[in-house]
Amino acid sequence: MAVRKFEFSKIAINVMFTVLSLIVILPFLLVIAVSLTDEESITKNGYQFIPDHISFDAYRYLLDSPDVLVRAYGVTITITVVGAALGLLLTAMTAYVISRPDYRYNRVTTFYVFFTMLFSGGLVPTYILITQYLHLKDSLLALILPILLSPFNIMVMKGFMSKIPLEIIESAKIDGAREFRIFFRIVLPLSLPALATLGLLISFTYWNDWFNAMLYIDDPSKVPLQLLLVRTLNSIEFLTTNSEFTQTLGIDLTSFPNNSARMAIAVLAGGPMLVIFPFFQRFFVKGLTVGSLKG
Amino acid sequence: MSDKVSLAAKAPSDTQGNTRRRKSWLGREMRHFRNNKELFLLSLPGILYKLIFAYIPMVGVIIAFKNYRYDLGIFGSKWVGFDNFRYLFSTDTAWRITRNTVLYNVAYILVTLVAALLLAVLLNEVKAKWSRFYQTALFLPHFLSWVLVGYIAYAFLNHADGFINRTLMAMGFDPVSWYQNAGAWPFILVIVHLWKVIGFNTLIYFAGIMGINSEYYEAAKIDGATKSQMALKITIPLLSPLIVILLILSIGSMFRGDFGLHYFIPNNSGFLYGSTDIIDTYVYRALREVGNVGMSAATGLYQSIVGLILVLSANAIVKKINPDHSLW
Repeated sequence: MAVRKFEFSKIAINVMFTVLSLIVILPFLLVIAVSLTDEESITKNGYQFIPDHISFDAYRYLLDSPDVLVRAYGVTITITVVGAALGLLLTAMTAYVISRPDYRYNRVTTFYVFFTMLFSGGLVPTYILITQYLHLKDSLLALILPILLSPFNIMVMKGFMSKIPLEIIESAKIDGAREFRIFFRIVLPLSLPALATLGLLISFTYWNDWFNAMLYIDDPSKVPLQLLLVRTLNSIEFLTTNSEFTQTLGIDLTSFPNNSARMAIAVLAGGPMLVIFPFFQRFFVKGLTVGSLKG
Repeated sequence: MSDKVSLAAKAPSDTQGNTRRRKSWLGREMRHFRNNKELFLLSLPGILYKLIFAYIPMVGVIIAFKNYRYDLGIFGSKWVGFDNFRYLFSTDTAWRITRNTVLYNVAYILVTLVAALLLAVLLNEVKAKWSRFYQTALFLPHFLSWVLVGYIAYAFLNHADGFINRTLMAMGFDPVSWYQNAGAWPFILVIVHLWKVIGFNTLIYFAGIMGINSEYYEAAKIDGATKSQMALKITIPLLSPLIVILLILSIGSMFRGDFGLHYFIPNNSGFLYGSTDIIDTYVYRALREVGNVGMSAATGLYQSIVGLILVLSANAIVKKINPDHSLW
């Protein structure tokens, strides 16, 4: 009896998880389904999981004049690559220095970094600094700099680097190596697992950042993917009024697949990374556990 | 080392009083600095970065006490004392956004904690092969930005064509104008939030459970414990440090709302501000849509200060109960 009851609860758990997984995944499918639905059936039936008439019109319109999307991809890729490389280097340098127990100023520096996590000037002073004093409005730097160095990542990195035995560093010093050389030749290679994890997390942050773009970007040629998505979402008429999509083709506005095109943009802009990121899923969880704040 | 010895040897001969001593202190510090110079240089880019992008904006909080005008700049704008704050707290806006921010966060924290713990415990009962599949599925929404989640919400909630309204109509009910119906939003937001974060949080607790020594469970099994007894008497107590740390972190950020969730999911609809507007969305709108810079800065400063107090108190309380669990 006991064995059978046990089996039953196992099956129940599996059924529950299967249902849950479906509930989580179905919303994605709705967006894809709508993007593939013929505009007329949307008017008739609304957004449905199973389209009456499948139509690739939305994708055809978008891919016929792909300039906007391609440019947005270009901007996003640029800021992600540059931001992640630079951010990772700065994170590692700062974290390494405060991870060295023999560094005279490590407590001061730790406090200096950590305090920015507890208190911040807020949105307005940063906004004014960047637009009025650094004059970075409509510059890609305004997308890279504000989120370049996160204290949280520094602490995670520090937690990892603290585990590098000091003897290795000291013996290198005895051999006459300078600190820079030790850092680049010994510490960085030893920290590869942490660098991979944080590099991925930082890239992810840049890829999905819309906030700084909303604040600092007006110039259409510098709109990253996420801002393109924001604008499309915010204005129902965005596509029909965006000359880039319509004028070049001389599209008859009444036949423009407004609903499906909107969802198609979401699929084209959000889809690719949704296929790539899950391969690195374990890094996302590891990022929280590599280091602890304490120590 | 040799520095210290030579200094100790010098010290007795130093009888010239304060100035000499200060000079030798300065000299000693300089020497220390020379020894640590290379490491300092390594940290310099990070320090300068934080100076410009974190500490200088802290000075900028004086904008909250000014009638800021773009043409006059921070220092040219007129001081107005606490006027911005007085104005903020004289309307019910301050109360509304504070209440919304805190209550939503409490709801998010509790709902997520209970759901994620439950799923993590149950996930541990599933065969590894299936478990991995469920994990991937539940984790998927984590990779979306809030903007994309906004599209998904829109596909469901859109008044004329949305899936929910069409389903309601098909069943003979009247459609609901979701983007104008403030009462429904606390539930919608909690559900959407849970949908997005459940996988991530489940995996954090699941990783914690994987780290528990299996001998505990074996011993309990021999003693005839049931699965639910093991969960309540072994798993949950051993996870409590992790739970406590995550709770403090979230209590500390109780005053910081999720801008993306509260801006994109309600589609920034004015009808819903009463039940969706939080401090973060208010600050953004005051700055970018209304253009009331001083007010926006005042609200931001209010948020930062209360936030700081919350983190410090949360940490102090935990330190009193169990120093091992505190953040610092």
